[in-house]
Amino acid sequence: MQTVQINLNGRDVVVNEDLSILEAAKANGIRIPSLCNHTDQDVKANCRVCVVEVEGVRNLVASCSTKVAEGMKIRTDSPRVRSAVRTVVELILADHPQECLTCIRNGTCELQELSQRLGISNVRGRKRHDKLPIDDSTNVLVRDPNKCIKCGRCVEACNNIQQVGILFTHYRSTDVQITPEYGKSLSEVACVLCGQCVLACPVGAIYEKDNTAEVWDVIGDPKKHVVVQVAPAVRVSIAEEFGMPPGSISTLKMFSALRMLGFDRVFDTNFSADLTIMEEGNELLHRIQNGGVLPMITSCSPGWIKYIEHYYPEMLPHVSSCKSPQQMFGAVAKTYYAEKSGVPAEDICVVSIMPCTAKKYEAARPEMNDSGFQDVDIVLTTREFGRMIKQAGIEFDDLPDSEPDSPLGKSTGAAALFGATGGVMEAALRTVYEVVTGETLEKMEFEDVRGFEGIKSASVNLAGQNVNVAVSHGLSNAKQMMEMIKSGEGDYTFIEVMCCPGGCIGGGGQPYGTTTDIRKKRIESIYEVDRNMPIRKSHENPEIKEIYEYFLIAPLGEKSHKLLHTKYTDRKNLTAK
Amino acid sequence: MGITNIYNIIEPKDMNKNALLQILLSVQDADPRNYVSEENINQIAQMLNVSRSRVYTTASFYSEISLKPRGFHLIRVCSNAPCENDGKAEILKTIEKTLGITIGETTKDEFFTLESVNCLGACYMSPAIKIDDQVYGNLTPKETIGILKNIMEADKHE
Repeated sequence: MQTVQINLNGRDVVVNEDLSILEAAKANGIRIPSLCNHTDQDVKANCRVCVVEVEGVRNLVASCSTKVAEGMKIRTDSPRVRSAVRTVVELILADHPQECLTCIRNGTCELQELSQRLGISNVRGRKRHDKLPIDDSTNVLVRDPNKCIKCGRCVEACNNIQQVGILFTHYRSTDVQITPEYGKSLSEVACVLCGQCVLACPVGAIYEKDNTAEVWDVIGDPKKHVVVQVAPAVRVSIAEEFGMPPGSISTLKMFSALRMLGFDRVFDTNFSADLTIMEEGNELLHRIQNGGVLPMITSCSPGWIKYIEHYYPEMLPHVSSCKSPQQMFGAVAKTYYAEKSGVPAEDICVVSIMPCTAKKYEAARPEMNDSGFQDVDIVLTTREFGRMIKQAGIEFDDLPDSEPDSPLGKSTGAAALFGATGGVMEAALRTVYEVVTGETLEKMEFEDVRGFEGIKSASVNLAGQNVNVAVSHGLSNAKQMMEMIKSGEGDYTFIEVMCCPGGCIGGGGQPYGTTTDIRKKRIESIYEVDRNMPIRKSHENPEIKEIYEYFLIAPLGEKSHKLLHTKYTDRKNLTAK
Repeated sequence: MGITNIYNIIEPKDMNKNALLQILLSVQDADPRNYVSEENINQIAQMLNVSRSRVYTTASFYSEISLKPRGFHLIRVCSNAPCENDGKAEILKTIEKTLGITIGETTKDEFFTLESVNCLGACYMSPAIKIDDQVYGNLTPKETIGILKNIMEADKHE
């Protein structure tokens, strides 16, 4: 590592020569403000909020896009810099709706924080744009172009990280808008609703459709029996909503919070993750033994499913017919649980708490009604769950521990893994190995499918036969994977694909401020949850054994087929003529 | 709407992402209505294997590219200083009066669209206008009317 000496606000410091001025300042205790800069993204230098003065350079420079150099004299605090930054922010504010008190980002908005930090008490300048229509055409995301500050972070998330390319900067100069082509709504284009744009947005220009009011309504309705399920990834992220460090594990506090919110039964999506492994593992074996379509690709991630339906419908026969854990849960809650508890299915309302925005879309799919009713009624993101806890005045830190209810609450370490990239693969391998070989798996961890690399692969010996598997996360990697399979590269039998970077722990419904570093911390916690579970293989879950014994009879059986498996739709029409 | 087969205009080997702007310009040139239609944006996206929004971002950025149908003939009136000083206002007024449209508009019969341009590189013969690919300079109002009439006559015979 080469270093250079720079002078920062009159102080000589030695820094890595590869750093930008912004990064070098951060490493030396000075936080230069910025709106378009994001640690996981390319430098854009759009917002001009990070300008600094460099001696010998006539104009102020954007510190995010300027590298440090030997002897560089930088001032981040001169009157000229202060006045310029202030003007830039005031210009942004002049065209920004002054609705902070009722904005979904109130308290988490980066522009609001910046305005507060700079002590802006008066906005000079007049609004020059007319009010634009809000896009709430999907049941998942809302786009408010009036709040957009054109920083381009969502564009980067959509086009570079996910490579879906729905949101782009269109038109020019003061007419610039970030929208789909021709200003179309999100329902008119092949958007997969992954919500990575939401995580990237510094303000309230794109956000999830908030369903908390509906949940309060059903909880308050005495005729409704409201059951809740929580996804694996939420237990390692919800605490961030209350200022706890990223990766804090709060599984048992989370169940207590749900009970205090008034849900009639508190269940766990981890239970149905184990159920998914039973069905999906057996489907894989069935495909291998009966010459079915291989490689088989996982189907848990609704963003991924919508993606393949739009962009690679010819590959749909590769996708497992298994519903996602969320949908399996809904289907058994309104059949098996209804039967067992004696509560009529029509009175049961299934709420799920997901790290995901696309889950809202998945729950509303017309085919997801195999119980005779819409299987999952309302889906909340981790952020909405956090809002409900705050609205109820619950002190999250002080909550006691409690366990989920029976019969859809017990789970294994394998199920917890679903939250991390490679986790479904690892969970499936644990079960498939033991079913095929009849032996006990000695080392439970499949290290090759762990980690943050975009595409991971491993070879597993199953009763003398080598089976190649692969794992990808983030849609840019999924795209690469699809192209690989189409070109005949990579002799894989089983592939896990997750829509979001890092898997579900990095989902579009997770707390704001999610970065790669935070994703990695959440993944570590997922592994810790797994390690600490008394049972770590899905097929050993006693409640899973029970549901097969008394209700489903056998994996891939008639009832399983009706309730736990699904079909996909070719949605190519939105991407091609 | 738009061009039905883009491959009649652009050879498959020239279809690459880096040539997006050139492709858009060629498609626009080939369209009698001087624009790039939504269908063509979609086709280009598919041919280049990029999203429609990606094509639209380039198409919407450049004022040279129109996303709405224009007249069969484009009249561009130079509004830079030399033309302005040498009587552009009068020329523009003549065109407006003759065709009944102003800058940014298209005639009812869809023959002409009138646009303003910042420089035609023809300052030596100001005031200048450009109709389609032809630059006309040292214009007087009378000559301008003659030019427009000639074009209308020529179109009648086609």
